[in-house]
Amino acid sequence: MTKIVVVTSGKGGVGKTTTSAALATGLALRGFKTTVIDFDVGLRNLDLIMGCERRVVYDLVNVISGDANIKQALIKDKKVDNLFILPASQTRDKDALTIEGVEGVLNALRDDMQMDYIICDSPAGIEKGALMAAYFADEAVVVTNPEVSSVRDSDRIIGILASKTRHAEQGDGDIPSRLLLTRYSPERVENGQMLSVEDVQEILAIELLGVIPESQAVLNASNSGSPVILDTDSDAGQAYSDAVARFLGDQLPHRFLTTNKKGLFGRLFGG
Amino acid sequence: MSIFSYLLPKRQNTASVAKERLQIIVARERSTRGGPDYLPQLQEELLQVVRKYVPVDQDAVNVQVDRESGCEILELNITLPEG
Repeated sequence: MTKIVVVTSGKGGVGKTTTSAALATGLALRGFKTTVIDFDVGLRNLDLIMGCERRVVYDLVNVISGDANIKQALIKDKKVDNLFILPASQTRDKDALTIEGVEGVLNALRDDMQMDYIICDSPAGIEKGALMAAYFADEAVVVTNPEVSSVRDSDRIIGILASKTRHAEQGDGDIPSRLLLTRYSPERVENGQMLSVEDVQEILAIELLGVIPESQAVLNASNSGSPVILDTDSDAGQAYSDAVARFLGDQLPHRFLTTNKKGLFGRLFGG
Repeated sequence: MSIFSYLLPKRQNTASVAKERLQIIVARERSTRGGPDYLPQLQEELLQVVRKYVPVDQDAVNVQVDRESGCEILELNITLPEG
């Protein structure tokens, strides 16, 4: 059974693409045949985060319009087996995405390519691209920063997921949506300057998939075009790894939620 | 955190302000979710009419649509100032 997962947020810049790349890579590392699709038509970026930007020949819109078949357009990841990338096109024509077209691509990935997971990296906003990315989803990951505008937009997106997916339209009820809180800074939370994970959970009222700490490793990863989950020594990489395990049903305690208590010296002179 | 931060007054807890504001706005936005598209406009125009006669706050007019077994109920709440 192929599972389609949308990674969404409403607000831009909160970590959707970073999360899509990490989730897809994590699933592939565990042996699941996985494709990650960039739905951000006109503003392609997943290719950069995955480090395959120079190997893009065909894209999502080429497949929809029939200029290429799915096999030609899929880019096989060089670092991880079972992992494929379907980039967005750089055309500005948003109407290139149609319900039938997207359904055709997803069906080809399921039936011809035998994918276990299809990760749909949604664009920001609530326009067509975002709706297309979410429409066929069986599950959703809502990426949120502990910050007012991101939380509000996430709530909006949760509302849209509850009514505008195929499952919702068919009366199957809400698709499971889980919260991934990114750029979390335990120190600022303890100082009362940032919403805590409990605060955000209380407001959004959905299950918590993971908390990714604010980390230099994320920028390092995108700088080098290697998903942060492959940086196994980093806090963010480990947090994503945990989130993938939870995604697959493991019960793991959440890590990186508290500051490392400093010693006396650190408290007196530390930064 | 250095020794000086213990001497300075504690900074305001902005996280609790954020949480409070979010709880209010999210509750308000949820109440109109799934309703007809004209609802916000209706609310705005009603507010203007009420304000012709009584000075009321922006959130004094609350419009809500409920669905109950085959019929829709438009609920309208206007909170007037005291006195």
